[in-house]
Amino acid sequence: MLKSELAGASTAERLSVPRSLVPGRRRGVWGDRLYQAAVRAAVLVFVVVVLGIAALLVYAARPALAAFGWRFLVTADWDPVAEHFGALPFVYGTLASALLGMLIAVPLGVGTAIYLAELAPFWIRPPVAFLVELLAAIPSVVYGLWGIFVLAPLLRSWVQPGLARGLGFLPLFQGTPYGVGMLAAGIILAIMVVPFIVAVSREVLLAVPTQQREAALALGATRWETTRLAVLRYARSGLLGAILLGLGRALGETMAVTMVIGNRPEIALSLFAPGYTMASVIANEFTEATSDLYLAALIEIGLLLFVVTVAVNALARLLVWSVGGAVKEVRE
Amino acid sequence: MSRIAVRRATNAAMNILAALAALVVILPLVLILGFLIFRGSTALNVAFFVHLPTPVGEPGGGMANAITGSLTLIGLAAAGGVPLGILGGVYLAQSRDRRLPWLCRFLADVLNGVPSIVIGIFAYTLIVLPMRRFSALAGGVALGVIMLPIILRTTEELVRMVPASLQEAALALGLPQWKVVLHVVLPTARAGIITGVMVAVARIAGETAPLLFTAFGNRFWHRRLDEPIAALPLQIFSYAISPFDDWHRQAWAGALVLISLVLVMSLLARLATKGLYNRRGTYG
Repeated sequence: MLKSELAGASTAERLSVPRSLVPGRRRGVWGDRLYQAAVRAAVLVFVVVVLGIAALLVYAARPALAAFGWRFLVTADWDPVAEHFGALPFVYGTLASALLGMLIAVPLGVGTAIYLAELAPFWIRPPVAFLVELLAAIPSVVYGLWGIFVLAPLLRSWVQPGLARGLGFLPLFQGTPYGVGMLAAGIILAIMVVPFIVAVSREVLLAVPTQQREAALALGATRWETTRLAVLRYARSGLLGAILLGLGRALGETMAVTMVIGNRPEIALSLFAPGYTMASVIANEFTEATSDLYLAALIEIGLLLFVVTVAVNALARLLVWSVGGAVKEVRE
Repeated sequence: MSRIAVRRATNAAMNILAALAALVVILPLVLILGFLIFRGSTALNVAFFVHLPTPVGEPGGGMANAITGSLTLIGLAAAGGVPLGILGGVYLAQSRDRRLPWLCRFLADVLNGVPSIVIGIFAYTLIVLPMRRFSALAGGVALGVIMLPIILRTTEELVRMVPASLQEAALALGLPQWKVVLHVVLPTARAGIITGVMVAVARIAGETAPLLFTAFGNRFWHRRLDEPIAALPLQIFSYAISPFDDWHRQAWAGALVLISLVLVMSLLARLATKGLYNRRGTYG
């Protein structure tokens, strides 16, 4: 015992390790136990928080779950005074605005990712990627502010009258142009989710092995043909994952949408009409919810949002990881 | 037209389309930043940083309480989220178990995609309901939960990049595991971990939705952490949807301050990793 301690000390001195670092036998053991306990506790806290979110949401939504059951999803009646709560207008508003946003964002986002990963000259890639990253850093409430004071007036006085003149025969483009409404929400959502789609798609494309491209180029394919045949096909499921990640963002986006969608619980076909989303009804009415049932109904909407976004994100992650895994297999 | 000409034309067309897509994606950034600087800078003055908001109809005033409130909330969130995230991330990177780390990574990525307003409901039922009042504490918890997965994942990734040979050398000198982590692993991964923290702070600094019914907002200075507290994004929101021109101006000024804070954090985060990658010579 004494011998080994002496040996330890002399080794440490020769290597000039500070004395505080030399392990006393017992101290090292206790330190390691403490360390293990601390890191495990941290991970445990994290897991408990995630499970706790789900459990608390279910617990707090119980009164509404018991009172309305499945009808909650399919009735369109939202009347806090009479305590009739049906979430259909919000579910519709969320789906419609997210769909509209994705229709704009997916081609732009995937196109930009293709440009950044495959087609653009090399010097252009870092600055453009950086600008797209900045877009992701802008807070939601700032998008909302811009939406209210810049985008909505622009839509009201230019875009919507134009659409009504050109495509007014479609029910989508009829009605009074307010500016705020489903169209504004869709455009804001598109701007907000595009950076996520670009970032993940680009990562997925960059994970495609270079041999794929070289093989196609060697066969005489043009850049675009290489991209289409050798890269996009290979990265298909990962790109789908990127799109789903964007969809998850669009479904849960709150502030910017609340500020531009008009907040009226109606189901209208026209894109000019105001709507209401699940996230915005929570944002607007949560602090006004006077009765327990009202609050529980709002929390049930939150629970619904949680379940849907978790499902979408889980699927997206698995898809993105599947490409990463496939890439590793090819490389090894 | 010959086939090769058609193929070349398609190639050129797709190139142009992709470049156009990138251009259209960047355009809103220019528009938003342009309007923020244009509308915000004219409304920004010293009073904005040092005065409380004035009552309706009275011109002037500022958002001093919202700025300190936001900083307080970020501090509260970081006090919980940063140590937990770093410890958890170290565990995930070093654990030899296969299932638990996989599950945690998965949960972290999924939690990262959960709408922040849902996290707000969580903090509300966990803290506001039992305490029977809105509080800075509840807002801090909500923001901390949002930070956690970001820090967890970046720490894990960066700790994974620390060469095993370094740790083995330290262990071979007889250091206990915890000293290896404290003196070798964490310092090596420091730049990356700092980046993760700054990315997380930039993200929560602009969060509004989870604060609506936790921190709630306050028109005065907060004195204690168990009472409602003002926050910059909340103040911007309530001023933006108000009907008063003077408040709209203040909202633009607030947005300019908020975005400056967020962008500076993002840029610093970027610079920190840039140094890291240069030292290593490779990316990832």
